[in-house]
Parts: sequence; structure tokens; C-alpha cells
Amino acid sequence: MSTQPASPAGTGGRRVLITGVSTYWGGRLAQALERDPAVEAIVGVSPSDPTCELTRTEYVRVGTQHALLKRIVQAARIDTVIDTRLIVDSAAASPRTAHENNVIGTMNILAACGGPDCPVRKVVFKSSAHFYGCERDDPAYFTESMRRPHSPQTSIEKDIVEAERALAAFNDRNAGVTVTVLRFVNGLGPDLATSHSALLSLPAVPSILGFDPRYQFIAADDISGVLEHATRHDLPGVYNAAGDGVLALSEVRSLLGKPPAPILPPWGTGIAAGVLRRAGLKIPPEMLRQLRYGRAVDNRKLKAAGYTFRATSRETVQAFARHLRVRSIGPAVGEGYEYQREVEEFLRWSPAVRGDARLGLERLTPDQLAEVVRALDLLPDGRPARRAPRGTPASASSKSRLRTGSPSSSGGAADSELAAEP
Amino acid sequence: MTRLALPPPTGTQPTSPAGTGSEDLRAHLPAVEPDRAVSDWGRSERVEGLLDATVVSFLYHYWFRCEVEGIENVPSTGGALLVSNHAGALPPDASMIAKAIREEHPRPRKLHMTVEHFFKGYPFFSMLVAKMGGVPAHPANVHRLLRDEDQLVLVFPEGAKGTEKLYKDRYRLRRFGRGGFVEAAMRAGVPIVPIAVVGAEEAMPTFAHVEMLRRLTGLIYFPVTPLFPHLGLLGAAYLPAKFKLRFLEPVWPDRERSGEASADGEAPDRVRKASGRDSRPEPWDDKGLVQDLADDIRLRIQDELVDMVGRRRSAWLG
Repeated sequence: MSTQPASPAGTGGRRVLITGVSTYWGGRLAQALERDPAVEAIVGVSPSDPTCELTRTEYVRVGTQHALLKRIVQAARIDTVIDTRLIVDSAAASPRTAHENNVIGTMNILAACGGPDCPVRKVVFKSSAHFYGCERDDPAYFTESMRRPHSPQTSIEKDIVEAERALAAFNDRNAGVTVTVLRFVNGLGPDLATSHSALLSLPAVPSILGFDPRYQFIAADDISGVLEHATRHDLPGVYNAAGDGVLALSEVRSLLGKPPAPILPPWGTGIAAGVLRRAGLKIPPEMLRQLRYGRAVDNRKLKAAGYTFRATSRETVQAFARHLRVRSIGPAVGEGYEYQREVEEFLRWSPAVRGDARLGLERLTPDQLAEVVRALDLLPDGRPARRAPRGTPASASSKSRLRTGSPSSSGGAADSELAAEP
Repeated sequence: MTRLALPPPTGTQPTSPAGTGSEDLRAHLPAVEPDRAVSDWGRSERVEGLLDATVVSFLYHYWFRCEVEGIENVPSTGGALLVSNHAGALPPDASMIAKAIREEHPRPRKLHMTVEHFFKGYPFFSMLVAKMGGVPAHPANVHRLLRDEDQLVLVFPEGAKGTEKLYKDRYRLRRFGRGGFVEAAMRAGVPIVPIAVVGAEEAMPTFAHVEMLRRLTGLIYFPVTPLFPHLGLLGAAYLPAKFKLRFLEPVWPDRERSGEASADGEAPDRVRKASGRDSRPEPWDDKGLVQDLADDIRLRIQDELVDMVGRRRSAWLG
């Protein structure tokens, strides 16, 4: 059996760790990577249970303790770490929780990814365009090389700037690791619950009197698409991720078919927002700045790096408008996934599970199949193992083809598991 | 491997307007969405068209009776930086120049007017200025419009120093900033078209400034004009001065130095790319050259203004 270490970006499949797999972003990315046969292993970690259905992703409930993460990274020979865990909406968590997660958590994860004997060769970090802030003297389009004109004002922006600083320091120390920082603009999609989707779902769209800020949105499909692109290709550096086009808030409002509600005064806006917060309308401080000055980023670097956006900002808002109209006639069937640990473990590990189209069969990559085949050949009496029928229909043909190939480097997990079987 | 270079989080100026490799990115500009009535810069066809058909048209044809010379100096294609003198407490010159290009030019083009950042902080003004075609005067904005989007951009290098000057100083150009406009044109490889405007000084002359009221209102200045502040909002009305706009011959700042062959209209950094890596410094790094060119353009406009004022018999009838 091969004992060579997992090659980082070679022909052997990638071994991916997704932190924050319970977030919408992490879950969508895991689902996308599950369909990719080039990804050999997906481990998702998060302090809370996944919120979407995953088939071959291994979920480990763990926070950001770097000692534990380091053990997972080492044990699973992870070569790619995708950090989707950043909180970019201060309505989603208290400032203290957000700081713990964004600054301390990032520090811990990077600590687990660094070091001389670490198998990690790539770190993808989901950041936010809040990095740039919103100010009066901003450029119309931020490019990746621009600095913030002013120091951050809100707690979320401070956290993001600090997290990115930790990433830059990590990048300086670890020359062999490709570091990608993706700065996303506001995401908008049917399943994405953010302060902005809440605001745009109201019967009228609140705004600051006398201001019509510029807005960009990115569709949920593009969020996972960009993360996937950064996982598949090596994109060292910082990249802005935003749908094409910049909309004025009034344009967004008319696309949604809603009346304007300029309820926030231009002066004393913070106080008015505090009053509204008591009345149940949550407008976090970083959003207030966006509602006043707006912001747009230049997405051309990411496009030049080979990514094609599936939706423009306008199409994203139109899709959201469709969703709002459909939602008004009642909830869709089959909504609300709940993670059940016992069920998931049964589906993954029980010998009683037969291969079918959705579970089991697709989990095995060609490399893993080759390992299975090789392991079967090595068994002394050639007794057919139970796993054999669970191979894909292509396994018979792949048997002859793959045996001639170079020894796969798919690592220890599958091998030891098979060897342990009676 | 390219190293990640995260900039420090705080600073005052972007390192360069568009970073490195900007020429590759021109192909990746967003496609035009024909259904939209608002541009990516926040410019609204509806608001612009409405104002153009009413107020601007009235001012241009009947109130200021604009007279235009040398409109052919505005190029029909490609980016160009238009540079003009700036006057009047509430300056009408920008919209008159834009209207002149729309009315007189054989191939009417949109003009992007750079405006000071503080407009973005004023309620209603921030909306109106952007919808009329105003763009915050940030070097990165000017570069993107000129270089990447091949647009016409109008700048007033005097800035607020031009509009706040008193009537006794009329038609005496203030300092032309720090020559940033020359640098912008050099970087983008576009011509500079100087414009001399006569009439704006008389349309809304400022006789004095009231410092106390300026502080109280938070405006950039609080002027005393023939109609303001004693007539309140009516003070925004212009006096019917006769406007004359003269577009001067384009200046190619990147071709000014002898021996710098870029006659094919190529941008200077593209030429440099083709002829090996930059062994010589960029032209805009030579601050002396930039200042000389800025002074040169300022003098050309000043000379034209003196000529035009000398020829006219009356400020109201021309």
C-alpha cells in the first residue's frame, strides 16, 4: 500500500477541510465539492450542526481550538483549508461573539494550518467587502490593491481588518502555502438570511432620506461558485467577488416592486436606527454606512482569473424578487433540514446501507475505487468484501484500467478502514 | 509564487489608481444591461433627460445664450480629460459644457463631471449630483473612466478655490491643484482639452463670505451674492450673463517630451510593456514635468480668458 504523503495539488484528490460548515456558505460549498470527483475527502468542522444535507462530507463538531483542529488536519492529511466562518453581519451575533469568532477563531485556524510539518498547501479565506468600509471620499470602485482611506468605524469592520491582517502575516511566514482572500459583497438569495435580505423583504424598503447609495450583490450560486473556483485553482492574493453591475438602492427597490420608505433622517441617523431597533427593525451600524454612502468593488481581477459570474447584481435582485413573490403564497414543501447525528452516521458507516444513486456510490472517487480494488486483490482468500457491490457500475471497468495506473496517494483513511474489516 | 500583499489597513492614498496589470482588465468590464435606466456610476437617464429638457435647456439657449467655439477639439472617440476654469458661487459652468457637447458636437457624447467628495455627504445633493452625471473626484475614478471606459471627464483643477473667489478677482485663475489632472491624463494616455468659459463669473458673483454662518450651516462657504442670502432660495437664481465657451486644442501630456514616440495613440504604459520592462521612470513620477504642464495649461486658459474678456463689450449682451 502506498505510504507517500498526499500530494498537495497533484493528480491525487484534494483533501479539503471546511471550517464553518454549518454556515450557509460552508454548507453550499461542501455540497458543491461533494459532486466533484477530484475532491477526495471533505471534512467539515463547526461548533454547531450542519444546516444543509450533506452526503459524503465528514462532519466534526468542534470549535476553533487550534490543538484539536491541528489533530484533524494532521490525521486526515488535509491539503486545502477553506474558512467560511467569518461573521460579516453584526445582527447575526453579539460584538463579543463576533470578535471571538472572527479574530481569535481566524488566529486559531491559521495556527492549525501553519508549521513545518503541516500538510496544508492552500488556505482560502472568505472575507467581506466590509474590509473597505463606506466613506464619503471612497473611490467608486475599490480594487484589491487599495487601502482603506480611513480606519474602521464599526466593530465588524475592525474584526475583518484584523482577521485579514492575521492572514497577511500567515502568508508572510508560510511561503509554501497559497493564500486566497475573497472579499464578497452582500450576498442575496432565497435561503440566505442576512440583514439585507430582511430589509429588502419588508413591505417598503427603508432608506436614509436624501441618499441613494450604490449597491452590489452576489448571488448565492456565485458565492459557492467562487469558493469552489478558488479551491480548484490556485489564486494567490486578494480577490473581490461581486456580481457585475452596480445598482442604486432606488433601482433595487423598483426591481422588487416596493415603495420607498425614507424613514431614517440624514442627521441623527444612528439615534433613529436605535429607536427602530427597539421597534424590531434591525439595521446594524455597518449597514447604516452602506445606506448612506454605498460601496462598489471592482470584480475584474477575479474574472481575469477565470471565474465567470452566473448572475449580475441586477439578476440577483430579480431572482430575489421572484422568491419573495413565491414565498408570499406559503412555505415551500420540504423546507427545513435538521441534522441528526445518528442518521448521518448510519448512512455513512453502516454496512447495511446499500449503494444507491444519492448515497454511497458517488462517494467513492476513482482513486478510492482503485484502493478498494487493490485491497480486495491483497486479501488472502479473495473473499468478496461487502464494499464491492457498493462500487459504481464503472468499478468493473475501472478495475483493469486503474490497476495499471500509478499507485494512488489517496492516503490512509480508506485503506485502514478496509484493512480493518474482517 | 506571487506573494499576497495585503495593504496595511489604514492609509491616506491608494498606491496607484488601478493597481498592476490594468490593461488586461479592460476586457472584463461588465456588459451593458440595456434595460437599465441607471448606469453603474449612478447616472440616471430619466433625471438627466428631464433636467436637460427643462432647466439646462432654458439656461443654455435663453438665459445664458451660450456661444461655443472649437467644439471639434473634443475627440469623437476615446477618453479625453476636459479642463476648465471654474466660477460662480453655485457654478453653472459644468452643465453648460456638458450641454454644449450634447448640442454642438457632431457626435454627442456623455460627459462625466468630477465633483468634490463633500457632495456625497449632503443629503439630496448626493442623489442629484450622481444622477446628473457627477462622479467623485477620486484619481481611481478618473483613471477608470478615461482609460478603461474611454469616456469624457471634466475636471476643475481650481476646485473650490475657483468658486469661492470674490468678484474682484474674476477671471484670474487660482492655483491648478497639485497637477493631479496632468498625472491622470498621463497615466491613462489621453489628451487634455482645455476650456475657457466666460460668463460664469457674472452669473452668480460672490461679494463676501460670512464665516460665522458658514460654520453654523456646515457648508464649504457661505457667500453673499446679489440675490443671496436676502432672497432665500431665490438666491439660487442666476443673473443673465452672456456665456462664451471656447474649447482649445488638445494637449497630449505623454507626448510632450521630445523623443517620446507614442504617436500611434497607444497608452504610455502599454508602449512600455511592449518595449521591455521599465528601465526609465514613469513620466508622471517627474513632478517637475507634471507641474510644468499644469502651469502651461493654466496659462493657456488664462490667455484665452483675457482675450475673450477683452473682446466682449458687455457682460450681459456679449
